[in-house]
Amino acid sequence: MTLRQRIGPAIPYALLVITVLPIVVGYFWLVLNSFSARTEGLLPVGGLALENWSFLRETPFGRGYPSIWRVTLNTFLVAISMTIAVVLVSSLAGYALSRLNFPGRKSFLSLTLILHAFPSVTLLIGIYFVLRTLKLYNTVLGVGLVMIGFELPFGIWLMKGFFDNVSWDMERAALIDGASRLRVWWEIIIPTIKPGIAALAIFAFISGWNAWLIPKTFTIGAGQQATLSVYLENFQGDTVAVQWGTVTAVGLFQLIPVAIFFLFTQDLLLSIYAGGAKGGA
Amino acid sequence: MKVQLENLTKRWGSVVGADHINLEIDDGEFVAFLGPSGCGKTTTLLMVAGIYKPTEGYIKFDDRVVNHLAPKDRNVGMVFQSYALYPHMTVLQNISYPLKLKKVPKEEMKERAQRVADMMGIGHLMDRKPAQLSGGQQQRVALGRALVKEPNLLMFDEPLSNLDARLRLSMRGEIKRLQMELGITSIYVTHDQVEAMTMADRIAVMKEGKLQAYSPPDELYDQPRTFFVAAFVGNPPMNFVDVEVVREDGDYHARREGFDLIVPSDQGEKAVGKGSVIMGIRPEDMTLADEGIAGEIYVVEPLGRDDLIDVRIGGASVYVLADPTLHLKIGDPVKLNFDAPKVQFFDPETEQSLLWTD
Repeated sequence: MTLRQRIGPAIPYALLVITVLPIVVGYFWLVLNSFSARTEGLLPVGGLALENWSFLRETPFGRGYPSIWRVTLNTFLVAISMTIAVVLVSSLAGYALSRLNFPGRKSFLSLTLILHAFPSVTLLIGIYFVLRTLKLYNTVLGVGLVMIGFELPFGIWLMKGFFDNVSWDMERAALIDGASRLRVWWEIIIPTIKPGIAALAIFAFISGWNAWLIPKTFTIGAGQQATLSVYLENFQGDTVAVQWGTVTAVGLFQLIPVAIFFLFTQDLLLSIYAGGAKGGA
Repeated sequence: MKVQLENLTKRWGSVVGADHINLEIDDGEFVAFLGPSGCGKTTTLLMVAGIYKPTEGYIKFDDRVVNHLAPKDRNVGMVFQSYALYPHMTVLQNISYPLKLKKVPKEEMKERAQRVADMMGIGHLMDRKPAQLSGGQQQRVALGRALVKEPNLLMFDEPLSNLDARLRLSMRGEIKRLQMELGITSIYVTHDQVEAMTMADRIAVMKEGKLQAYSPPDELYDQPRTFFVAAFVGNPPMNFVDVEVVREDGDYHARREGFDLIVPSDQGEKAVGKGSVIMGIRPEDMTLADEGIAGEIYVVEPLGRDDLIDVRIGGASVYVLADPTLHLKIGDPVKLNFDAPKVQFFDPETEQSLLWTD
């Protein structure tokens, strides 16, 4: 084997390793730092320690602030309600847009696309007034509703794409077999696009779990209604020195469910990006 | 069950899917809708099934108008080209789904599904998912699902197009046999004229949404009503030559440059004096002979049992079937003997037959 033959196949791997390396180093540092008293570069100084994780037992901000578990519950509530609402509404709306012919269908479609592309930052002040009027400012419910609203256009488009890939014949067959339209949707179409639904559910959950901008804007600081991202941000005050050890520990804590999700659902998430109903036939 | 279509029309805006279709299907009859893709045969079928709403006209089952009935209330069964099986259900669940929707008791449901599956020769596959079946098996499941509810009307939408040639041949026979045994009125949509000819009691030929002809296969073949039907039905297809029919000394002659054929007076008198008309003759209605109209071989296409030869006569070209043992070559001069009573004449303007009009 010549040198050239040996090096040839290694080149793509080398390139991949080089590109991925910074990310791996980042995660490595995150884990290391959370278990160290202090780090210099990538080396722990003063041995390993668990004190960074003390936030699990007592709130680091003192009395009156919620415990990490309360915040985790808030985050979970936002994420799970977002998952349920987005999946339910998207799969109904996506089906209607894919299959039914109704007045305004075209404009509705382009509107969802525009809304999807719309920078949500520009709407923040308007939404603030709406939440204020509805007495939903600084509530988990309010945050959840706004997040659902922002996620829906994407979800609807995604589900429409999955429905488009289901053959008309199958639906017709079920209608002729004697099913009603709703029953066809529930018993025939939904089961065949399960991968799509699962992918959207995971997607919605993760974006709810990780959300920062909207919880930050519509709740007050690290109060009883805070979510993890807002809580995390609270460590970076302007007046006190930042405790990076604790920040990394909380960050890692927040990362755990997401990481577990990714481990088990990589394939499904890939099918979103591939844009096809892989589980179709 | 008797099915009647009266002025059945489907339009989407300016696009016409089916255009004033009139036909009647007798109880227990097997009718094929034949035509090229986009001719409106599937559109018509889906209207009968209740999937599409007709723009105009009526669909009647046993003299009862069913336009307004939903598919589930029509008691029809349908088999699709794509099989359209439910991928997440087992064979048993697929076949029994129509019964489940009818709220048939569980035991009876299972029993009936098993009986139909046994009849289709797939009784041992009940626990499989569709993805674990071959194309032929999937088609049998689809057929079983259509049959299990004992429909009054069975519909097929190109059911054999996805199967390989050998399987298609055997399924063709099976479907035909099954239909006769069960006596269920059936509509079979296909673009394959061999399927239509071999299976159907009557064939409805469609083109651009219009019904071109509706008659038994042999009549369709021997007495084509329009130029389109003549050209579409038959393989290898009918030959067409522009001729002028004149009467001389009591005989009718179909003539063009280098071509003079005496035709029987029955046909001749209907085409005489009409100027240029289209003469049609099928490849099997001509033979190579010692005497006859002279031509030259342009191409020889071996088909196995026969050679298909393209003979040029003046500026015209006709395909003739010939014995392969003759070892004909390109450029050979030949003489053709026409079976004159078999010729057809068509009006080049209206494309209607000059012989078989009502």
